Amino acid sequence: MKFDKPATDNPIDRLQVVGQPRDRIDGARKVTGTARYAYEHHDVAANQAYGYVVGAGIAKGRIASIKLDAARKAPGVLAIVTAKEAGKLNKGKRNTARLLAGPEIEHYHQAVALVVAESFEQARAAASLVEIAYAPTKGTFDLKKVKDSGKKPEGDDPSLDDTNVGDFPGAFESAQVKLDQSYTTPDESHAMMEPHATLAAWEGERLTLWTSNQMVAWGVADMAATLGISKDNIRIMSPFIGGGFGGKLFLRSDVLLAALGARAAKRPVKVALQRPLMINNTTHRPATIQRIRIGATREGKITAIGHESWSGDLPGGGPEVAVQQTRLLYAGANRMTAMRLVELDLPEGNAMRAPGEAPGLMALEIAMDEMAEKLSLDPIAFRMLNDTQVDPEKPERPFSMRQLGECFRVGAERFGWSRRQARPGTMRDGHGLIGFGVAAAFRNNIVMKSGARVSLDSQGIVTVETDMTDIGTGSYTIIGQTAAEMLGVDLYKVVVRLGDSAFPVSAGSGGQWGGNSATAGVYAACVKLREAVAQKLGINSGEAVFEGGDVKAGNRSLPLASAAASGPLTAEDTIEYGDLDETHQQSTFGAHFVEVSVDTATAETRIRRMLAVCAAGRILNPKTARSQVIGAMTMGAGAALMEELAVDKRRGFFVNHDLAGYEVPVHADIPHQDVIFLDETDPMSSPMKAKGVGELGICGVGAAIANAIYNATGVRVRDYPITLDKLIRHMPDAA
Amino acid sequence: MNRRDLIAAAGACAALPSMVGAARGQPVPIGEPVRASVSFRVNGAGHHLELDTRTTLLDALREHLKLTGTKKGCDHGQCGACTVLVDGQRINSCLTLAVMNQGSEVTTIEGLGSVDNLHPMQAAFVKHDGFQCGYCTPGQICSAVAVLDEIKAGIPSHVSADLEGAMAVSEAELRERMSGNICRCGAYSNIVEAMTDVAGRQG
Amino acid sequence: MRAFTYEKAASPAEAATAAARNAEAKFVAGGTNLLDLMKLQIETPTHLIDVNGLGLDTIEATPEGGLRIGAMVRNTALAADARVRRDYAVLSRALLAGASGQLRNRATTAGNLLQRTRCPYFYDTAQPCNKRQPGSGCSALGGFSRQLGVVGTSDSCIATHPSDMAVAMRVLDATVETVKPDASTRSIPLAGLHRLPGSTPHLETALEPGELITAVTLPKPAGGRHIYRKVRDRASYAFALISVAAVIQRDGRGKVALGGVAPKPWRVEAAEAELPRGAKAAAKAMFAGARPTDENAFKLPLVERTLAAVLAEARG
Repeated sequence: MKFDKPATDNPIDRLQVVGQPRDRIDGARKVTGTARYAYEHHDVAANQAYGYVVGAGIAKGRIASIKLDAARKAPGVLAIVTAKEAGKLNKGKRNTARLLAGPEIEHYHQAVALVVAESFEQARAAASLVEIAYAPTKGTFDLKKVKDSGKKPEGDDPSLDDTNVGDFPGAFESAQVKLDQSYTTPDESHAMMEPHATLAAWEGERLTLWTSNQMVAWGVADMAATLGISKDNIRIMSPFIGGGFGGKLFLRSDVLLAALGARAAKRPVKVALQRPLMINNTTHRPATIQRIRIGATREGKITAIGHESWSGDLPGGGPEVAVQQTRLLYAGANRMTAMRLVELDLPEGNAMRAPGEAPGLMALEIAMDEMAEKLSLDPIAFRMLNDTQVDPEKPERPFSMRQLGECFRVGAERFGWSRRQARPGTMRDGHGLIGFGVAAAFRNNIVMKSGARVSLDSQGIVTVETDMTDIGTGSYTIIGQTAAEMLGVDLYKVVVRLGDSAFPVSAGSGGQWGGNSATAGVYAACVKLREAVAQKLGINSGEAVFEGGDVKAGNRSLPLASAAASGPLTAEDTIEYGDLDETHQQSTFGAHFVEVSVDTATAETRIRRMLAVCAAGRILNPKTARSQVIGAMTMGAGAALMEELAVDKRRGFFVNHDLAGYEVPVHADIPHQDVIFLDETDPMSSPMKAKGVGELGICGVGAAIANAIYNATGVRVRDYPITLDKLIRHMPDAA
Repeated sequence: MNRRDLIAAAGACAALPSMVGAARGQPVPIGEPVRASVSFRVNGAGHHLELDTRTTLLDALREHLKLTGTKKGCDHGQCGACTVLVDGQRINSCLTLAVMNQGSEVTTIEGLGSVDNLHPMQAAFVKHDGFQCGYCTPGQICSAVAVLDEIKAGIPSHVSADLEGAMAVSEAELRERMSGNICRCGAYSNIVEAMTDVAGRQG
Repeated sequence: MRAFTYEKAASPAEAATAAARNAEAKFVAGGTNLLDLMKLQIETPTHLIDVNGLGLDTIEATPEGGLRIGAMVRNTALAADARVRRDYAVLSRALLAGASGQLRNRATTAGNLLQRTRCPYFYDTAQPCNKRQPGSGCSALGGFSRQLGVVGTSDSCIATHPSDMAVAMRVLDATVETVKPDASTRSIPLAGLHRLPGSTPHLETALEPGELITAVTLPKPAGGRHIYRKVRDRASYAFALISVAAVIQRDGRGKVALGGVAPKPWRVEAAEAELPRGAKAAAKAMFAGARPTDENAFKLPLVERTLAAVLAEARG
């Protein structure tokens, strides 16, 4: 199905099942521990052996020699894989560094060997006997120090280009009120709870992988490219994924090493990346240095806005696209953005939840707060003065739907924003300085081609198959709701099967595109199935109404199941998109409100209240969508208050590489969270009229917290995370 | 290449790669596996296992008894995904050896309830959407069940205003007591609602 | 993890004897720190002596009116003991501020005292660390040191002792009881249990090979206000940036020990005379000779402000 005209009325609009806050259809399996994750498929292949990964002990250089004799002779050892043993391996197009290093080492903890043994205990012990001599070379690890060597990112992706509209330098120079500030965001880790894990089994030339991957088709393609075998010989299954957040978008070393280990050991092999290895072995969100300049009239109209960002990555990598939102969020006739990329020899930087917007808004939305203060304007009023309904770079191009103002209005009322004291440091409760903060949330809506297969059997059971994944997002449930709505059956009559490369290729899970795109693909397949059903029942498909388990037309009503009486009916289709995302800017919007308390003595910040108001198209399931938003708010709270990969600038690695050292929020850090979804349907996005919501919640929340801390203390911190050591010397006297 | 630039390092570990003149790490011999027998009950069923002494209770459950509901998130006591109840108390099963649990009564997520017969806490997690990816969930639920018992037993917490006397089921108490179970999906707000719901019904 | 043989000891003295027979033996109690380190090949025992089940898990009143806490009493049980809650609240508070409910259910009194540093370089076996591998150097000096020590450290090591419990026990003037392989027993004031690193940071305690901690005794209750204030980035389940354990009497005199700043629970008795004069003078005296790094210098003003808040709370 080609979606190239705005959606009109369709069966989804009935909202009998879609749009309802249904419990997750996979919920009972998850709460009973019977949902099987990658490392847990004991029953699918006999005689499974265990792999343990050895990571490089240097950041850059070469392996001078590896001694494997002692490890080979160790009890239970079946095989050892190194780059030398593995022979020629290519690199998948989505990987920057090689997944199995040798002799070159590109980053710390890059995998250099896999030890395969009869048991996990034996593999782990033998791995300690692999003796490696390195010849280290000098690397570059300090973004701040080499910032000025940054180059324009290469490649033909126009979103990486510098942008210039009007006369930014002139307008900024002559602006009545100006802000020119720098902000930094640190390297961050996805830290999903399930480590990257894979079970690999070969049958002749055919390789089957039970793994944990957000993008099944990408995984197949990159695995085929890496091994130099046909895609047809690879099957990937990822039915349950214990969190991804972008960290499982791409093929990682567990997959490759399990496959190579299984080949070498001639047995199925499973590998889970050890937690202390994960952070340096896999990808992370790169640190940024950002400079923001805003010029405005005395009344608060922005006349010039500029945003530059510097980030680093391994040679061949890309930048963190932190200036993205600034091109679209606020009006202003004169504007510029630019990104500069430096080469660093730290582990590979890549996408993490809302890449670009998450760190970009952490900076931009502090800058807006600072500018509002310079203008003596309320921070919401300042933002509303500069709201726009058109793409500020191309005024002829409207937003498909933009309710940013309404988000702020509704949120301010619900939150009690009017109680905020504009003068910092003036609200107190017991031993806490209290502050309110606000920020805009913004994330683009991306549409992706997505396929599905739907079948109906004689019992009236509808089965949906697609390689779409559920990384906690609720894909199982919203896909089930979509099929139930389209075919007029109860949700429990729908079986959803996901994450198998044998199924039609879907959008996959990433960039908050999955929910809208994958359900739109299911919609397309259901439209085809409805036609097949109507034809089978001798009903004009244009008249057919599917409801209550029946198909009705005029006076006739037949059970849906009867269409499959003589055999199952199956339909397959793919949603594809025209240029509606070109003619209209499709984005999602929100407003974050936060109240913090900062301890007068210790400067410890604790969040007391959080509210997000979101406008993100049709909400397919308010219960699971709300969970996406509160989860993103929680991750944003971590980014604001504690998350930072500490770079050892001499040795070139992230030092705090486990879950004790890299602190993410725990229960005690997070208060009750409120989420409001504005009523919205966006006919430009898809037949579902939905947009993404999974990343919107993290966008801006960090800045709302930063602004609340400023409001509480009067201390403006521009370097995340905002830990007490950055506040303590500037705090007012505790007494 | 200068000989002095070559520095040995053993495996994932040991010694010092990038500093010239530092100590060399010699791998220590790892020895032949030692097997030992252990008996304990899991979810009411008796088990007798012959295990490598190095096997944790977590790996005994997941790899030997194939009870994979208990999750390995970090294997170092830093996340709580492996939480099970041993003799009624919640512990991290990754930081105890199977052989140290001779004669114990172990309850895992599979023992609390099944898909067709959910434990009230499991049902409340579904109702309040107290999870997303589901990987920390069995640990959260085992912990949640134990936390309500700990409050009933009058065990204080870091946030208890008064160390003595009865303990309350407040949101602050639940959040503090559940803090050993990390949820990166960020379902905390909903988990506390699920627990409050169950605690209320228990009266 | 190396292969190891495993035995359950029959008595404390036999456990000590067994340990003395094998230089590569270790006691295992709760296991919450030892197994963590064994998985990383930081601890590499070839024999484990399980000292659970030796009857060392009770808390008894002493003839002097104090408490004798068995070495295997779990952290949860100790924190929840009615006598501890009533008479030694600072200890209860310190325990409850540490780790997580799950860990406290297994971690023991002796194990908590003997836990090793959480310095990230100690935990990464590819990095030099004088504590893990004597003579290899200290990576933390000049590296990531935000969490690490500011006082009592040396050019060889700036690691901190991570315990909360030990800080409270230090302020309570606890004594450690042990049994040696020859079945003799001795008492070690907690102040003397942990060593400062000097040039030998791998030597961490005064215990002799095979010596087993059997109990910790607390003197009779001293009254006063008991306060334990732990400061950290994350609200729970995190090691202290700094902590203050205090027992303050009505007249403003009192005892104070610090966590998160030194290789051992940090108490400077001489500094306590300054307490009635306020936090500034006391903190200054406690930090005499302090050598913070650029990254952890904030701990000095943080301690001073936190101590001021603690003293204010004690007055209030």
